[in-house]
Amino acid sequence: MESYALLIAATLNAGTVLALASLGLLINEKAGIVNLGAEGMMLCAAIAGFAAVVHTGSDLLGFAAGIGAGALLALIFGALVIWLNTNQYATGLAVSLFGAGFSAFVGVGYVQQKMPERLQFEIPWLTDIPLIGPALFRQHPLVYLTVLLALALIWFLYRTRAGLVLRSVGESPESAHALGYPVRRIRLLAVVAGGALCGLSGAYISIVYTPLWVEGMVAGKGWIALALTTFATWRPARVLLGAYLFGGVTMLQFHLQGDGVEVPSQFLTMLPYLATIVVLALISRNPQWIRINMPASIGKPFYPGA
Amino acid sequence: MLKLEARPQPSPAWTYGSPLLALLVTVLIGVLLFVALGKDPVAGLRVFFWDPIKSPYALGELTVKATPLLLIALGLAVCFRSNVWNIGAEGQYVLGAIAASGVALMADKGSSSWIVLPVLLAGVLGGMFWAGITAWLRDRFNANEILVSLMLVYVAVMLLSFIVSGPWKDPQGYNFPQSRTFDAATRIPRLFAGSRVSIGIFIALAGVACVWVFLFRTRAGFAQQVGGLAPAAARYAGFSSRRALWVALLVSGGMAGLAGALEVAGPIGQLTPYVPAGYGFAAIIVAYVGRLHPVGMVLSAVLMSMFYIGGELAQSRLGMPRSLTGVFQGLLLFTLLACDTLVNYRLRWAK
Repeated sequence: MESYALLIAATLNAGTVLALASLGLLINEKAGIVNLGAEGMMLCAAIAGFAAVVHTGSDLLGFAAGIGAGALLALIFGALVIWLNTNQYATGLAVSLFGAGFSAFVGVGYVQQKMPERLQFEIPWLTDIPLIGPALFRQHPLVYLTVLLALALIWFLYRTRAGLVLRSVGESPESAHALGYPVRRIRLLAVVAGGALCGLSGAYISIVYTPLWVEGMVAGKGWIALALTTFATWRPARVLLGAYLFGGVTMLQFHLQGDGVEVPSQFLTMLPYLATIVVLALISRNPQWIRINMPASIGKPFYPGA
Repeated sequence: MLKLEARPQPSPAWTYGSPLLALLVTVLIGVLLFVALGKDPVAGLRVFFWDPIKSPYALGELTVKATPLLLIALGLAVCFRSNVWNIGAEGQYVLGAIAASGVALMADKGSSSWIVLPVLLAGVLGGMFWAGITAWLRDRFNANEILVSLMLVYVAVMLLSFIVSGPWKDPQGYNFPQSRTFDAATRIPRLFAGSRVSIGIFIALAGVACVWVFLFRTRAGFAQQVGGLAPAAARYAGFSSRRALWVALLVSGGMAGLAGALEVAGPIGQLTPYVPAGYGFAAIIVAYVGRLHPVGMVLSAVLMSMFYIGGELAQSRLGMPRSLTGVFQGLLLFTLLACDTLVNYRLRWAK
């Protein structure tokens, strides 16, 4: 039973990585922009965060560095896509390819580096409850903040005027423009906010999730986060649930290996990627279902007066 | 403020000028990077742009690396022109390498060197199979091909890792996860003694001709591109979008698989976990920089090959990380996309 509590704890931890990035990408997509550069932004943020912690010893500065790195790359992406009208897919790919190369280049000196002692977090009293304590209440604060973030995003998107404007920019930029909203500026803000969250997720990977730096350590989580917005049919609450589900799939492999299941480890490592493909196929099977929920102008450029 | 003004027609001059401008900007950023890191920028330029072409041997190495890049990019050009976003060529390349190795490992001392043909064919089929999964999921389940093809890269790499550390592991290989060295008969014939250049380069150049004819001289190729540029027009003309999807993915999967086969049965000579070298991703950049045009991609494949060799030389001679290659590749795609704005827009100062 104790091992199940640990599995749940690990699932929440892995799910947080995916949830942070995917909520960021959701903000992008609600504003009509698809950023395929998530993987690259997360890699650059991972090394930025790791390096900041190694040099300053402060986790908070590490997270700030990660957020900064993600936001900066997103700003470049946004400037190209929104102001120069470049193809969103190609530009996102450029971010991913550049991010992979650049993070490896910058990170060479950090491969063997160690961070200062990692803190253990636990919530007093609650952590002593058998099973539930170790499963839920010994997490990094960001795990809880991510849940709050999802709630805040729901409130923002569906209960505030600014959220309504953001969604209108993703649904019908022409109408939003006609009403006098600065469509391109709103889209850029959304892209930078999304990049910042991807950056936070990347920094969480290298500071908390697997506290070290290895080239390519994000290992496709950026792409899985992209797929998650589709699974969730662009709803924040479902993004959060989907992220925990996939966190669970990622962690299941270690659990199975621990239980002595006789499957080569490579097949267990494949699980999250295969699961992504299967779920993507199942969700997309009904085109109407996707069309109803998808922001109508997703991926389409908007240039006022063109 | 600087404003963009749409051109009535895309500018032909900038269509060809933009990759050159992008290269220039990338080189400038590279020089600044070298200066910032306290390295001699002239030495940096030399390892990237002079050393890879200064001797016959160096030119041979340049060709060896340009061949897979060109083959994969040719297939991707067909895909991208059809508006099919296959970004998982790396996985198709790996599957091609695995399938080709399966045939190559059947060879023994008595095999005739004609076995090279089935080896290459297996590579093509392996790549097509892997891309076919993406096509099927897109066709049957409407699943996004970008994400599926990319996820399959991770699956292919894990599959390769399993195969070389399990079923096909060399029993005499000191426990390294790799297959035994292929029999000499399976080796792709080389053109000259003392160079690793093989007939692969001729296959790639034949591919250039085939893709050119397909795209610009056949009805099927035309249908493919109309579907990419104007789906509604293609539907009206009765061109099947499903067919276009399958053709695009099978062609690009087959080309990537062929590149994988040429690589394992050529320069590498055995199946190892180091088969995926990022060619599948670099080929995306090759395709764009080469304007998705078969001839343009010959030039951009050579350029990208220079980046690879330059990165290796920068590591051994200048003590810089090899990942410099990836930085420059990414920068080139960024700058190209930015410069491409000039193809469709004019820059104007306006108050």
